[in-house]
Amino acid sequence: MDLIGKKKFDFIKNRRIAYIISAVIILIGLISIIFQGFNLGIDFAGGTLIQIRFDKSVSITEVRNALSEFDLSQSTIQNLSENEFVIRTEKIDSEQRKEILSAFRENLTDLAILRVETVGPVIGENLKKLALYALLFAFIGIILYITMRFEFKFSIVSILALSHDCLIVLGIFSLLQKEITISIVAAVLTIVGYSLNNTIVILDRLRENIKFKTREPFENLINISINQSLSRTINTALTTIIPILALYFFGGNILSDFALALFIGMVAGTYSSIFIASPLLLEWNKIFKIHQKGIRIIGKKGKK
Amino acid sequence: MNWTKTLRVASVFVVIFIAIILSFPLNEKINLGLDLQGGSHVILECVDTPNAPVDNDAVNRVLEIIRNRIDQLGVSEPVIQRQGATRILVQLPGVENPEAAVDLIGKTALLEFKNEEGETQLTGAHLINAKSSFDQFSRSIVLIEFDKIGAKEFGEATKNNVGKVLAITLDGKEISAPVVQEPILDGKAQITGKFTIEDAKHLAILLRAGSLPVKVEILENRSVGPTLGRDSISKGIKAGIVGLVLILIFMLIYYKSFGLIADFALVVCMILIVGALAGLKATLTLPGIAGMILTIGMAVDANILIFERIKEELRLEKTFRASIDAGFNKAFRTIFDANVTTLIAALALFYFGSGAIKGFAITLSIGILASMFTAIVVTKIVLEVAATKFSSKALL
Repeated sequence: MDLIGKKKFDFIKNRRIAYIISAVIILIGLISIIFQGFNLGIDFAGGTLIQIRFDKSVSITEVRNALSEFDLSQSTIQNLSENEFVIRTEKIDSEQRKEILSAFRENLTDLAILRVETVGPVIGENLKKLALYALLFAFIGIILYITMRFEFKFSIVSILALSHDCLIVLGIFSLLQKEITISIVAAVLTIVGYSLNNTIVILDRLRENIKFKTREPFENLINISINQSLSRTINTALTTIIPILALYFFGGNILSDFALALFIGMVAGTYSSIFIASPLLLEWNKIFKIHQKGIRIIGKKGKK
Repeated sequence: MNWTKTLRVASVFVVIFIAIILSFPLNEKINLGLDLQGGSHVILECVDTPNAPVDNDAVNRVLEIIRNRIDQLGVSEPVIQRQGATRILVQLPGVENPEAAVDLIGKTALLEFKNEEGETQLTGAHLINAKSSFDQFSRSIVLIEFDKIGAKEFGEATKNNVGKVLAITLDGKEISAPVVQEPILDGKAQITGKFTIEDAKHLAILLRAGSLPVKVEILENRSVGPTLGRDSISKGIKAGIVGLVLILIFMLIYYKSFGLIADFALVVCMILIVGALAGLKATLTLPGIAGMILTIGMAVDANILIFERIKEELRLEKTFRASIDAGFNKAFRTIFDANVTTLIAALALFYFGSGAIKGFAITLSIGILASMFTAIVVTKIVLEVAATKFSSKALL
């Protein structure tokens, strides 16, 4: 069964459409990031999160009313099921928390405390710094590795492609005002690592084709390489996305946003490695007026 | 089969066998993180107050008192560590009521006896014992006992307040307001308040361990009740099984016999991951489970890469054996490069992440290594053995 492998699609001819689609999505995301910013979770912004399960089903309005007698203007209430709620407030101490919970018990019904998280502003700032360090470290490490293994321009397009993927995930999270937590940062980092996976497979193929098919123009080489890897790219994307969907639907509410970020990232990553990364190489050649023949390849098999 | 091949097959079985031995029984061999077994992760900071400035001794004393309180609470494997100049990290795995436990460690627990004018008559500094008990109406009470100096002070205080209220306060909050009937000279007293059994037990622990010399603030508290922990485990397992089964089916349908080999490799990969987690005594967290589920997808990735390569080689009319070798050789570098970048990301997470996220970085890293091993070693051997029995057409 080789349905996908035999069809030839001209990625180079249609590359501008892909650029426009990506540009529009990224632009919308960037506008959202600039104007409404991120919904930082308590990991970074500080605050208190309480997850409770009532003994009977309770409406979100009832919970909001019971909470309204406390002066917590910034709080958000999310219902996970008819009796399970997550409440996020500014940082409150255990005394205040007890008062709120006993108000719930009195006005509504008895409840069980499933989870309590309190993060002070100092820790939040610290976590923000650590998250940035982690992103920076991963980016630099990956750039160094790719540069070491591939030609310089290959690493540049890989980095552009992975920035593309991260921007799409972050943009959509800002647009939907989904909470940015430590797990989301972990998801973005995983995407950074994995998105390259697909790009590398295609670039690797291109590198090989450049070596063996020296008569073909560069445009064709890119097309051939993408098409040759296409059934593999799509199948591995599917096999990665299936467990992520399982995680999203069955993994519970704590992991669902994490799975969502991974899902968006994997889709964006697969798309960018097919439609963006390799075609960008062509732009690079055009900008720097490189004619394909006699391209230099750095690596074990193709020492200059 | 020649000797080297037999040896390779045998060594793969030995590795699988060791992984299985390491991981059974599962519930004893796998370390569960606080988010899965329930428990609390707390960072406390000693803060200056006008009366009690923080110094090194004070922090050490706080550490000791908190350790004392936790010991008496009966937590099985607590972590109590000093972090930097003024911070203390406390981890309490498996506590049934994390809320109450956190309450217990952060309290200053200054016991004071105050007269009707609100003047402090004496403090709990000279207590030598406190225990919870019941009075004749089976209400929960706390029995306290002073040392010699304390007994004398307490005798004075009760003598001066006969017929009046001598309020008992903890950290400024009144917990009991008894009327003194007669002077108590033996240094023994009972505190009767509106206590539950647990309240009384905790109060006794606080009084026995003594009050903290400086004010302590909770900078970070992540507490998960045991219900949610169990919930998370069962949901994680469910998501994992659904993901795994779907992938097994997908590979079978799309790649037929090759798919069966990939499925075998995937199952081996999962066994190795669990074995490695158990062998390294790593902690499995909820994000860690997510990392394992993610690995399910990544593990077949390398196999797909290899199969697609072998198919291409076969199209060049090479023999099955030669195609397998060429396919593996060409796929190896790609698999390696692609996995190293994910490993770099996992390393960044491990180095900068904390607790639960570290767990994700660990399972992801182990997963990547295990999937590379199974694809490059296990899949190859199975294919080689299959190639001696079947033609490529029968397998494709």
